[in-house]
Amino acid sequence: MHIHFLDPYLERQSPLHRLDPRVKLVLTLAFILTTTLVPAGVWPAYILLLALVLSVEILSELGVGYVLKRSLLALPFVLAAFPLVFTMEGAPLLKVAIFSWRLTASIEGLERFASIAVKSWISVQAAILLASSTPFPELLVAMRLVRIPRLLVAIFGLMWRYLFVLADEALRLMRARLARSSASGLPGAKTGRSVLFRARVTGGMAGNLFLRAFERSDRIYMAMLSRGYDGEVRSLPLANIRPVHGWVLAIGLGTLAAILGLSYLFSL
Amino acid sequence: MHIPDGFLSVLVSIVLWLFSIIVVAYALKRVGKDLGERQVPMMGVLAAAIFAGQMLNFTVAGGTSGHLMGSAIAAILLGPWAAILVLTSVVSIQALIFQDGGLLALGANIFNMGVVGVAVAYMVYRTFQKLAGDRPWSVLVGGFLAAWLSIEIAALGVALQLALSGTSPANIAIPAMGGIHAIIGIGEGLITVGALAFLYAARRDLVQTGSTQAVGGGLVWVFGLGIALALAVLSPLASAHPDGLEWVAEQKGFLDTAQGPLYNIIPDYVLPGVSNAALATILAGILGALLVFGVALGMAYLRRHRQTGS
Repeated sequence: MHIHFLDPYLERQSPLHRLDPRVKLVLTLAFILTTTLVPAGVWPAYILLLALVLSVEILSELGVGYVLKRSLLALPFVLAAFPLVFTMEGAPLLKVAIFSWRLTASIEGLERFASIAVKSWISVQAAILLASSTPFPELLVAMRLVRIPRLLVAIFGLMWRYLFVLADEALRLMRARLARSSASGLPGAKTGRSVLFRARVTGGMAGNLFLRAFERSDRIYMAMLSRGYDGEVRSLPLANIRPVHGWVLAIGLGTLAAILGLSYLFSL
Repeated sequence: MHIPDGFLSVLVSIVLWLFSIIVVAYALKRVGKDLGERQVPMMGVLAAAIFAGQMLNFTVAGGTSGHLMGSAIAAILLGPWAAILVLTSVVSIQALIFQDGGLLALGANIFNMGVVGVAVAYMVYRTFQKLAGDRPWSVLVGGFLAAWLSIEIAALGVALQLALSGTSPANIAIPAMGGIHAIIGIGEGLITVGALAFLYAARRDLVQTGSTQAVGGGLVWVFGLGIALALAVLSPLASAHPDGLEWVAEQKGFLDTAQGPLYNIIPDYVLPGVSNAALATILAGILGALLVFGVALGMAYLRRHRQTGS
């Protein structure tokens, strides 16, 4: 088994897939920044941002359902903001008494919490669109535009290249462990010995993985040397952004700025 | 521990971004000097290894499982600067590709897991090595403490950043994050010890003190100690007196909406014809629905056109 399923990129023939990756990266970052900057509780702005991201989802031909399903995976963190419902002062909404605890939910708190949840949900959808419509090598090209150091981009690239190899290695280690430990099929039944023992075994596997990675990096370095690598990362000069894509960028940024401006008008 | 977008205020995000950029830029230079042209393949493959290593898990009880974050083991095996680079790569790829943590929040996530996690682990491990010498038990105990503390301090950092952003009340976030990660840290510590025990037997040279004696390590040591102390002292204070933090958050909340006065130049200005919030919401809803509907219609039309055309 190979874990190429890790790669979220989905091949489609959509306008979004054809858009210059640099434009996509900048627009995604601008979208997320705009979403974060919109004040809490300005629902019209949230609706517009959501409509924008939904439209792009339709445009991407990835399937709205696919993006929404993936976006839910990132939501459990919302729990961190939940206490706000009870700790913010404001008009009382609901009183809850758990034993001797008295909690009062306020409307302001609820609004704040819902704002954070919605913002985070909209932002994650934009990030999913970027990752699912852009092959990683193109993302690397885009990173050079936003002035990420060339060396770091090269490290990212190499990491991506060997991610699947090492993930396969990790899977093999886990399969080997499974083959050597008796596990009953019953859910919740104990497998292996004590937790300490299991942790040690897993630690050994992690150490093993490291060792293999060390040795592999040596071999890769040798292979690179023998092909003329001299420590300098060279890449092709970037092509100019096509005028059409430049327009998309300008219109996109303009729209986001307009939504942001409107949101401050509404919040006054 | 990966903070998604929408949870940090813009100010907190930007400050941590700037800090992370400076540290990572310095680490790139430093590691380039130490490793030379070996830097790119070694950092890349080891970052992939940490990523893959996070897949390894063991069942704890009742369906939960422990797994690795890897800051400590990277700091111990590679030295602080290389570990910062490796963790930065891991956290960045997780955010970019797998939406594990946000993009705007990436600076904060690099700071927490890459910089704080690595510096604290390095500080603890180095100190232990200095005090106890290079014996098997000191490697294992030092490794456990380094892993546990790096998780705990990083978690306290996350809680504090959330509180500063006004997204989570300090008196709840700090004990909750600290408590949960005190337990998660034990799992991290045990796996780290297992890995170190394996490597101590297989490749002692990797675990020995020499390999973690990087140039500029003193700086990381001091930072590690400083941030560990600061967070260990600040957190209980902040959670006992959340008002102070709330005050800061409010000041910053004020900063975030400080753009408001820009529009105050036109007092009492409302959109022509849009005088109240409910109407605005309805209008936005209609506009949004029209946009989505229009795009969907356009796509359907294009697709049919393409099919009949080909």
